Amino acid sequence: MKRTLAILTANPLSLLGLVLVFVVVFSAVFADFIAPFPEHAGAVVDFANFNQPPQWPYIFGTDLVGRDLFTRVIYAYRISLILGIVVLAIAVPIGVSIGLVAGYLGGRTEYVLMRLTDVFLSVPPLVLAMSIMGVLKPTLANGMLAVTVMWWPWYTRLVYNITRGEKEEGYVLAAEVIGASRLHIIFREILPNCVPAIVTKMTLDMGFVILIASSLSFLGLGVQPPTPDLGSMVADGAKYLPDSWWLTIFPGLAILVAVFGFNLIGDALRDILGAEQ
Amino acid sequence: MNPLARLLAKRLATSLIVLIGVSMLIFAIARIIPGDPARIALGPNATQEQIANLRADLHLDDNIAVQYGYFIADVARGDLGISLYTNRPVTADIALYLPATLELVLVAGILMVGIGLPLGIWSARWRGRAADNVIRLISLLGVSAPSFVWAVILMLLFAFYLPLFPIAGRISDSYAIAPVTGFLLVDTLIHGDVRAFGNAAWHIILPAFALSLSGIGQAARLTRANMVETYDKPYIEMAQSYGFSARRIANRYAFRPSLIPSLTIIGLDFAAMLGNAFLVEAIFAWPGLSRYGVAVILRKDLNAIVGTVLIISATFLLVNIIVDLLIALLNPRIRYSQRPA
Repeated sequence: MKRTLAILTANPLSLLGLVLVFVVVFSAVFADFIAPFPEHAGAVVDFANFNQPPQWPYIFGTDLVGRDLFTRVIYAYRISLILGIVVLAIAVPIGVSIGLVAGYLGGRTEYVLMRLTDVFLSVPPLVLAMSIMGVLKPTLANGMLAVTVMWWPWYTRLVYNITRGEKEEGYVLAAEVIGASRLHIIFREILPNCVPAIVTKMTLDMGFVILIASSLSFLGLGVQPPTPDLGSMVADGAKYLPDSWWLTIFPGLAILVAVFGFNLIGDALRDILGAEQ
Repeated sequence: MNPLARLLAKRLATSLIVLIGVSMLIFAIARIIPGDPARIALGPNATQEQIANLRADLHLDDNIAVQYGYFIADVARGDLGISLYTNRPVTADIALYLPATLELVLVAGILMVGIGLPLGIWSARWRGRAADNVIRLISLLGVSAPSFVWAVILMLLFAFYLPLFPIAGRISDSYAIAPVTGFLLVDTLIHGDVRAFGNAAWHIILPAFALSLSGIGQAARLTRANMVETYDKPYIEMAQSYGFSARRIANRYAFRPSLIPSLTIIGLDFAAMLGNAFLVEAIFAWPGLSRYGVAVILRKDLNAIVGTVLIISATFLLVNIIVDLLIALLNPRIRYSQRPA
């Protein structure tokens, strides 16, 4: 862990990644103290200052009802991060378990589980999430559900491929010979060898979950107003291009910064941990 | 049977199983819908009797397995039902909107392969140098933003500030092109109207580029990663000691083995683009499936939702079969196994 951190800070690109992610996480956690107008995260109007270009004290400008965009971006980060953490916390254990079981047991179990995974992978991710959101009420919890449903199969595939390779290794055979239970072999012997790949993918995915969630809300199928959300801010602002460019550019760049940061760290982790794609 | 045909048969069979699975999944999602679709379709002034009639017409009172049976029998006959939103057959609606989306995705796919692979090859050839670092940074940026953010940035830069490209639409209103295939780039050529073709091409560049940016980044990153690994192989060293040019080594010896994993990821990215097209279409007012798809989702139009997702998934499976066949064609182990020793 210490060594990993040392390598991460030595490389300028991964250092940049750490800084970006730190800024995003820090501003999300301490939004109440950093945001210049915390009340603007909700349904507030200030028509005296509506649609202002970036200027002090509104460094990102104001939206069409006079709310500070910088404040709203910071609070939107908070929602995005919560969503990312919850989605991964549910999708990863499910996906990993299915991948381990399918890869180790093989046979009919493998066939059924992997075809099931194929079904989920055969619908373009965004379309699957959209159709789920279509039948559910657009709330934050349902948004998390929709993204989770589309996310677990990727972990199943990743872990399945590793497991199939690992189960021929000597240490698995040794465990089988001394009569270890299947559960023991799957979760205590094989799983630890999948961890580097899983951790790497989770870091990259933190960014991609934020990206997909913003796409859903961009289409009006995600978090609903007045909750601040990067995707819906871009969608609302796009109607006022090019004059009120700040309405779209700042939330858009905010997505880019967060996803880019997680990607930089994920890339570096992949090199360090030697994880498989 | 030769190995390619066997592979194709096997892939088609698996795809059919998967497609049936997709239809069950989508059908299940569509039926857990809260609220009565018949009541939504008929509006607030409908009588109990009208609702009951429509429910009977739509088989909504049967159990879900029976409903699925009716549905799949209709699908087998090419009937996806009537859209409760447009009051027209879903297949007609999709046939109207799908070509514009497919055209956009196909052009974006060409850009992805045409720009992404060369960037990756370059990057690997100059690995560790400045050019490599610049390309890696650009590819990572490409994958780090959703396509609607790129669409907004490109539109602002190249349609508003530098008015090089049009802001919206598929073709200028002054051109009237009778649809044949629905693909404007093809239809204009069928009619022999080169200026209309140019106009349509001019309209598609920005949206297609915005859509392809993350795919370009993915393709470049993966190609580079695989090639850098290949560069460590002894046969590359041998080629170098023969004095082959760096360019020939990159293009012929180091690139070949990485083409197969690259193609796989391109197939997956193509699927992602079918979904992401919704985002780009919304920004550039592209008359494709996006507006229809979002409209039917918001109106809980079951037949249309199921039909749209099913068609998109089928398209995706088709693309993946093509990719698999390409891989089989390119892979000498499969290609040569048909020849008797």
